[in-house]
Amino acid sequence: MVNALLALLLCQLAGEALVRATDVPVPGPVLGLVLLLGALALLRAVRGPESGDVPEPLEKVSAGLLSHLSLLFVPAGVGVMVHAQRIAADWLPLTVALIVSTVVTIAVSAVVFKLVDRALSRRRTPQAPQ
Amino acid sequence: MTSPDLLWVYLTQSPLLWLTATLAAYAVGHALHLRAGGNPLVNPVAIAVILLVGVLTVTGTDYATYFDGAQFVHFLLGPATVALAVPLWRNRAEVRRRLVPMAVALLVGSVTAVVSAVGVASLLGAAPQTMLSLAPKSVTTPIAMGVAERIGGLPSLTAVLVILTGIVGAMVATPLLNAVGLSNDPRKGDWAAGGFAMGIAAHGIGTARAFQVHPLAGTFAGIAMGLNGLLTAILVPVLITLF
Repeated sequence: MVNALLALLLCQLAGEALVRATDVPVPGPVLGLVLLLGALALLRAVRGPESGDVPEPLEKVSAGLLSHLSLLFVPAGVGVMVHAQRIAADWLPLTVALIVSTVVTIAVSAVVFKLVDRALSRRRTPQAPQ
Repeated sequence: MTSPDLLWVYLTQSPLLWLTATLAAYAVGHALHLRAGGNPLVNPVAIAVILLVGVLTVTGTDYATYFDGAQFVHFLLGPATVALAVPLWRNRAEVRRRLVPMAVALLVGSVTAVVSAVGVASLLGAAPQTMLSLAPKSVTTPIAMGVAERIGGLPSLTAVLVILTGIVGAMVATPLLNAVGLSNDPRKGDWAAGGFAMGIAAHGIGTARAFQVHPLAGTFAGIAMGLNGLLTAILVPVLITLF
């Protein structure tokens, strides 16, 4: 449990340090994600493919954090009160833009993903002659 | 016994009150979400935010005081983002098989998110600074705020628009993906496509919702959130010159 938390914080810390040192336009935690991924790959390489995939405490801690991920956005969301005036002034364009853009983006991305995926898997498994 | 006034002074000076209030408001939102049979329109984040803004307004508490307590919850966003590596690692075979669809959907989705938001806002006559703050709304808060700052938007307004976008995404995703015929098919490709789209359009809140739907959807949403953050940081300063 302690080791799993330590692993997450160490990866984040290393990520933040790397971002500051190199000026890449990525937040530290995203780089930390990549580092943890590397650590898991390393662990498997050292222990061999028969070992359990992810250490159990890490599995538990990450499942705990991710199961209520949306709770973690509440404090930033309450910031809406700071901008009540500007949001009230532009409420119509903001509401329409947010809803239209989110709907269109989800639909377009999902359909494009699906179409490319289908086209590729068709090419991988050649069709029987008609 | 302490007088109620003094007790209130004590409580408002300790981070405990607003930390507890944040968890309580979310617990109410979550309970209502479950009561509604997991209906995505009954969104726990939206309910919690409305409740908290109501309480803060009534008690005359400013956001900075609130955030002193709530920052402990906010802080966990970092470790939680790192923790996304675990489901990503577990599903690596599935992810590797879909690298090409991911790359194409990412490019198309990222551009769509920025252009459609700024385009609609501009058509409806939003103030220029509001539009600039809106451009990076689909990506995770720290990146979006950085981008807004660089192009002349208001970073703290962007943070709010990011959360609102996430809430909208979490609300509409399931019925929307059903409508375009992507959710009822038992083939795994649909979890990947739908999840990836939710991560592109609605960052972490979309990812949280995707995890509720299916672990594989959540995994792809997490990847999309990370990659779109990166791409948006590069694309927005270029795209914004079109308007």
